[in-house]
Amino acid sequence: MSILQSQINSRSDVFQANQASMFREVVKLRDLTAAIRQGGGEKARTRHESRGKLFVRDRIDHLIDEGSPFLEFSALAAHEIYDAPVPSAGVVTGIGRVSGVECVIVANDATVKGGTYFPMTVKKHLRAQEIARKHRLPCIYLVDSGGAHLPSQDDVFPDRDHFGRIFYNQATLSAEGIPQIAVVMGSCTAGGAYVPAMADESIIVKEQGTIFLGGPPLVKAATGESISAEDLGGADVHAKKSGVADHYAENDAHALQLARACVSRLNWQKRGKLAMKEPKPPRLDPAELYGIVGTDLKKPYDVREVIGRIVDDSDFDEFKRYYGDTLVTGFAHIHGYPVGIVANNGVLFSESAVKGAHFIELCAQRKIPLIFLQNITGFMVGSKYEHEGIAKHGAKLVTAVACAKVPKYTVLIGGSFGAGNYGMCGRAYDPNLLFMWPNARISVMGGEQAAGVLAQVKRDQYEREGREWTQDEEEAFKKPTREQYEHQGHPYYASARLWDDGVIDPAQTRDVLGLSLAAAMNADVQETRFGVFRM
Amino acid sequence: MIFDTLLVANRGEIACRVMRTARAMGLKTVAVYSDADANARHVREADEAVRIGPAAARESYLKVEAVIEAAKRTGAGAIHPGYGFLSENGAFVEALDKAGIVFVGPPASAIAAMGDKSAAKARMADAGVPLVPGYHGADQDDALLRVEADKIGYPVLLKASAGGGGKGMRVVESSDNFQAALDGCRRESQAAFGDQRMLIEKYLTQPRHVEVQVFCDSHGNGVYLFERDCSVQRRHQKVLEEAPAPGMTAPLRREMGDAAVRAAKEIGYVGAGTVEFLLDADGSFFFMEMNTRLQVEHPVTEMITGQDLVEWQLRVAMGEALPCTQDELTITGHSFEARLYAEDPEQDFLPATGKLNRFAMDLEGAGLDPARVRLDSGVESGDVVSMHYDPMLAKLIVHGDDRHQALATLNRALAALDVQGVVTNRAFLQRLATHPGFRNVELDTRFIERNEATLFAPRSYSTEEYASAALVGLNQLARECESDSPWDRHDGFRLNAPYTIRIALCDPAHAQDSDDSAAVVIVEGTRENGDNPWNLTIGDETLTAYLTPLNGDAVAMTLNGHRRRLQARRDGNVVVMADPAGETRLFWRRIDAIDHGHHEAETTLTAPMHGTVVALLVDPGVRVEKGMPLMVMEAMKMEHTMTAPADGHVESFHFQSGDTVSQGDVLLEFAADDAN
Repeated sequence: MSILQSQINSRSDVFQANQASMFREVVKLRDLTAAIRQGGGEKARTRHESRGKLFVRDRIDHLIDEGSPFLEFSALAAHEIYDAPVPSAGVVTGIGRVSGVECVIVANDATVKGGTYFPMTVKKHLRAQEIARKHRLPCIYLVDSGGAHLPSQDDVFPDRDHFGRIFYNQATLSAEGIPQIAVVMGSCTAGGAYVPAMADESIIVKEQGTIFLGGPPLVKAATGESISAEDLGGADVHAKKSGVADHYAENDAHALQLARACVSRLNWQKRGKLAMKEPKPPRLDPAELYGIVGTDLKKPYDVREVIGRIVDDSDFDEFKRYYGDTLVTGFAHIHGYPVGIVANNGVLFSESAVKGAHFIELCAQRKIPLIFLQNITGFMVGSKYEHEGIAKHGAKLVTAVACAKVPKYTVLIGGSFGAGNYGMCGRAYDPNLLFMWPNARISVMGGEQAAGVLAQVKRDQYEREGREWTQDEEEAFKKPTREQYEHQGHPYYASARLWDDGVIDPAQTRDVLGLSLAAAMNADVQETRFGVFRM
Repeated sequence: MIFDTLLVANRGEIACRVMRTARAMGLKTVAVYSDADANARHVREADEAVRIGPAAARESYLKVEAVIEAAKRTGAGAIHPGYGFLSENGAFVEALDKAGIVFVGPPASAIAAMGDKSAAKARMADAGVPLVPGYHGADQDDALLRVEADKIGYPVLLKASAGGGGKGMRVVESSDNFQAALDGCRRESQAAFGDQRMLIEKYLTQPRHVEVQVFCDSHGNGVYLFERDCSVQRRHQKVLEEAPAPGMTAPLRREMGDAAVRAAKEIGYVGAGTVEFLLDADGSFFFMEMNTRLQVEHPVTEMITGQDLVEWQLRVAMGEALPCTQDELTITGHSFEARLYAEDPEQDFLPATGKLNRFAMDLEGAGLDPARVRLDSGVESGDVVSMHYDPMLAKLIVHGDDRHQALATLNRALAALDVQGVVTNRAFLQRLATHPGFRNVELDTRFIERNEATLFAPRSYSTEEYASAALVGLNQLARECESDSPWDRHDGFRLNAPYTIRIALCDPAHAQDSDDSAAVVIVEGTRENGDNPWNLTIGDETLTAYLTPLNGDAVAMTLNGHRRRLQARRDGNVVVMADPAGETRLFWRRIDAIDHGHHEAETTLTAPMHGTVVALLVDPGVRVEKGMPLMVMEAMKMEHTMTAPADGHVESFHFQSGDTVSQGDVLLEFAADDAN
């Protein structure tokens, strides 16, 4: 037992200011999320409802166990990317518990451009499948989509990670024993027809669901045959004649009930085994995270104050506390699950990198999931550090992070810049899930530094040419770079492009991680084999 | 007449209670059991137990030879019959005499003398014990009985001559209804006692049921252990009993006691007996009958006298003299007994069956003094309540310095009872015991009928009750998961949004109503992360609510800063909450999720419980109106009538008269007329 003691004075001006600024960001996030939850606008909603169909999030509420959590991914996907709004990229994905089994749910929102697949829709669908594979979670597709968004065909059809990959994934996931269940609650046209066809089990809703490779207009054009959508590929056709669907549902609610029944027949067993402890809430109040962290990345704080508000009982058993202390490592539990925590507490030095690699080796050896709390400006620069080989020490950390096969979860709680992102399990290092706090920023380096580097190059050029560069000129030169970095490093920009799995309220971090860890226990924790460490 | 082994020819709480004293007196105890009771509590607690037959009582607990055989096998020198079953069966006592086994009870002659109620009354009249006007003749001609009833003047009470316990007994309000009531009584009497003879009595309008406990030994001594007031009755079945009788004066007590002892001595009585009187408002009293056994409600007498009546019975059976003389007996304080039945007061007291998932009482948690509270029960957690026997589960007996204090203890103890899995009359007992009329001793045998409006009034619920029920249901749901997984939370976790719950609540009687029905109240709740209180909206009202689990099923509910302790649980979809002010039951359903099969229409009539089909009352195809009786079944020794759910006709019956049906069996197919 090593209970963290807080040094925080929650009455201080700094705390109060931090709290107010973070609260503003969280409210902004909630408001935006609430707006996005409304889907494709009033007109589309009214039309959808008039057909007797449930809204996509209501479908999910009906599908999952009563009152149980839904861990939604990337609600901000496609935010401000396209000319017109495409809320949540027109598809809702997440983990929900169905008949006692955690499942990945992929549900089209037909109120958003008819549920068609924009490039970000495809990316989000594939990401959900990847999460399912990584966590070994059954997939349930609630299909209500017009297929690929035709104007964007070059960005959704031809490449490896485009539309076709959805069915590749269905086949290979099924091959890994991960159940694929499709519920056809609307159209399923052309490529989309393969979602139910490739599923292990499929359900179709009477007079709502249709499945065909070519819709009535295409049939008419190609063969001259005139036929209604229902007669061409409705529930009666597929449940009674073609055998493309297995179960016949009277309506949306019935279909979701049938899907629940499908899951209850999976004979599903979790495989992961961890030495659990009885879950206990943190002793330190998670609500204080706002006041500790704030939104100004330049203001330092002790990351242990964050850890103590996330882990069970605020009990954090620190490893190598006095060595390489800009990286905090240690053991704790979250919702009863044992975890190893790797958290930045300043710039990375050689010692901190080596310590991180050592700790990750320990966790991999013991099969303990890893939590990375990123707040990193990068590795230390300068001759002293280059000469002592900080590059090879950093490489050890990156190797350890890349190769560790235990479940890895990354939360960007502050800055995520440069190689620090790599060493702390950024997106490229395949964390099972990656979330951002609303105050976080991500870019190759800070906007100020980037502007400074570019200005330095420019200044060198001016000096070579013997020209004068005024202070004002330099400032004018740096401004757009700074603005570009601020804009592109913002969590909304990142989340819109699926560089993460969602922006989360800091106060929900503990629950998000707990739900993720519990879901991860559906899969075995694998043996790790590390690559060559440069010594 | 000394014996060292006692066989108890009974089951349930009385068997357990008798064996408790027998063990304390150093006797070896033997239980008997039917197949239905092979693992019942009385079997578990006995030193030895012998199977005496299948579940049906007439093939086991009522089977004289089987019981005697069991006594011989185990070397039991004496048999205690408890109450009911063979306790007042003269033939049984004679058989025991022949077998040389002691019967813990009166001689066969005394049983016979009191067993035939008409003969008994004649004899009592001779002994100078006052009687209610009535007809007790042997001539049982229908027309004659009706003339006699007319002569006595309505209302009259029709009663099976061989009966007891409320079976084969009906009040007739007018001459017109006489024949129907007579038929019904005869049918019940025939089923229960194999005898159709009836007696008729004047039905007093404001009588109290006051009975006197008497005790006689074989040396000619007789005493009375004062009276009990059992006026609170439902269909002549006692529900709440108390001792002493409120308002009783010393002279009247002596007068009634002497009359009771006189009655006992008149018939050469030995052992424990109860002489039942009707006590009128003016202090006049009339002999009703004498029960030649230990009564269900004997513990209230034990509580106020400090005597163990079973010990007295056993000593008398061993030939000893009574332990006390009349002068040595005194009354200390006041005692109540409440009978806990497995039955649903909301469904016309339909007996209930099932598994008792929990049967417990947390005396300490409820702040009760164990010396003042006694729970005589024949069941424990995990036991099954079957259809075969009387549905009484337990008796809750309390003692206080005075009536007021005893009543307060009774209410507190009723709230502390924790019974799960089987519906009980606990809520009804609480409504009775908290009723102002009961508190103010406005007692007579029609107390329940008179106060039907308040005892059965359709419940209205307060905002606080709705709020509490919503969270209790939620808490139970989470508890039932018994898992630490964060996925097993039921608080509607969503990212970047408040957690939301929507719960529909209604009176359990309206469970089938849809969510927009006026009977249904929707509780909407939101809360921020973590363990914050819920903000609940109920209609126009909002309140903050927080539930803290305590020990067992107790919870603390804090509503707008007011914290209260409740016993709370979920029985299926019904949330049950109890505190000393009463019990609240609310049908609980989430409406943020699918409810599987909620709106399925009822097209068939199913058996409400295990039982036997007695009669089919209509022919298939014949048109009937809504509410007309279609079929009668008998269960738990009571008749239940299935009525037409709508205008229409029966398409077919699935059972014939005499068939046994199980709970949930479809009894008949009914086709309703097409709605226009």
